[in-house]
Amino acid sequence: MIKLEHIEKIYPSKKGNVIGVDNVSLHIKSGEIYGIVGYSGAGKSTLLRCINLLERPTNGEIFIDGVNLTLLSIKELRKARQSIGMIFQGFHLVSSKTAAENIAFSLKVAGIPPEERNMRVQELLELVGLADKADHYPAQLSGGQKQRVSIARALANNPKVLLSDEATSALDPSTTKSILHLLKKINEELGITIVLITHEMEVVKEICHRCAVMQNGKVIEEGKTYDVFASPQNELTKNFIETVLQFTIPAELQAACTGTIIKLQFEGTIANEAVVSDMLQAYPVSGNILHGKVEYIREEPLGIFIMELKGKSEDVKQAIHYLEKRMKQVEVIQHGNIH
Amino acid sequence: METFIELLPELNKAFFETLYMVGIAVLVAIVIGMPLGIVLYATDNGLILENRFIKIVAGLVTNLVRSIPFIILLVFLLPFTNFLLGTQIGPTAAAVPLSVAAIPFFARIVESSAREIDRGVIEAAVSVGATPWTIIKDIILPEAKPGIISGLTITIISLVGYSAMAGTVGGGGIGDLAIRYGYYRYDNTVMYTTVVILIVLVQVIQFTGDLIAKKVNKR
Repeated sequence: MIKLEHIEKIYPSKKGNVIGVDNVSLHIKSGEIYGIVGYSGAGKSTLLRCINLLERPTNGEIFIDGVNLTLLSIKELRKARQSIGMIFQGFHLVSSKTAAENIAFSLKVAGIPPEERNMRVQELLELVGLADKADHYPAQLSGGQKQRVSIARALANNPKVLLSDEATSALDPSTTKSILHLLKKINEELGITIVLITHEMEVVKEICHRCAVMQNGKVIEEGKTYDVFASPQNELTKNFIETVLQFTIPAELQAACTGTIIKLQFEGTIANEAVVSDMLQAYPVSGNILHGKVEYIREEPLGIFIMELKGKSEDVKQAIHYLEKRMKQVEVIQHGNIH
Repeated sequence: METFIELLPELNKAFFETLYMVGIAVLVAIVIGMPLGIVLYATDNGLILENRFIKIVAGLVTNLVRSIPFIILLVFLLPFTNFLLGTQIGPTAAAVPLSVAAIPFFARIVESSAREIDRGVIEAAVSVGATPWTIIKDIILPEAKPGIISGLTITIISLVGYSAMAGTVGGGGIGDLAIRYGYYRYDNTVMYTTVVILIVLVQVIQFTGDLIAKKVNKR
């Protein structure tokens, strides 16, 4: 659906070139929600803005539904942009227009006659849950409501793609949740492909099917969101994931433990608990659960146990070996005191 | 008091002459100065009509006119006025240098009002595929409207001041009256009357301008 091929964005400056995006290639499938994460300055915003050519890449090509956007004339590009909606962190609504007029502007641009515009605006306001706010000016709306208007504006011309530039970063947590819920609904009910960038892993966890992590203009990790969460490969990715999955125990508690502390990670819940009980029966070790948590990555459970194993060091070793054979991921956090 | 009543018809005429020449200049400022201001703004780096050449030329012409003090512009443009109207005396003739001065003055005000608009708002319009013309008409002008109206108020008040200068070289209007009676004839009554008229006029313009600007501001 969206294919980015070797995208490179270089900003020339007096002190040499600054690389914004460094040879990024991504394939985003039709109907998926794709997240791009990274700290500010990682180049994710620049990359997103390259997709609708708000920012023209120095090198590389962008294909949407097989059409190479970089080869289009200005006129053709304007037409193509009507099928690529975009929403922003700062909403960017026209302050002198009401909610309805802001949405109608998109329709006007697409050449929809005035009589038809009103009906479509009403439909869109209902879709985003603001049917009663048609005549409000942006200054009279809350942050979440403004973002809803801007989503309606972006969806006005039935786009195939919606680009979201940190759309929830200026909102409070509960409003963020409701906007994410709306984006998910749009994705599922209208089948619109969504590409979003964010610095909040929470957003990715909630709604993204797949995601990419960016650093210094490069994509350093990419994959199914669940896999990225379950087994992050990169140090930065681990840092990001820790912001959501805080599977650590307090240092004091850890220091007070005399046994071996292990971290078990499993996909799904019940079956794996049986593995632990099997292990405890098979080996003369005692187990003590210090921490346990199940997180849902787009509704798929990811569970983590942190437990302390006590016993003879040989038995503990064998017990861990047993777990490693039967579980996806076992990590020794702290070796026990040698008895 | 008697002289005052005697002068009433003349005062009345002078007042309307001032309104007339300022009115023409304001009209020209809107018709030519506003588009020029939009050009100055929209041709800037990273904007919808980015064009270095036009930006520099338009900026240069604007600055050129603005660097000439009005009293000099007044004299400098006399041959041009003569060529245009066949005369250099009277309120219509005075409206020519007033208009020339008003164009770049108002253009810069329009430009700076447009600069106040969040670039993101324009970007959002670009992202839905709007043409530059649509963006100017439907986004930039409505968004800059409160600033443009405040700027127009400033322009009109400046022009009232300039019109008095135009009066000294035979342009008519309140300035002309003040010079002829107040200065050459030492007639203080006329002098004070013109000052009072000007104060009231400026107050009314400012008040009206503020009122409209406030009304159209939805921010």
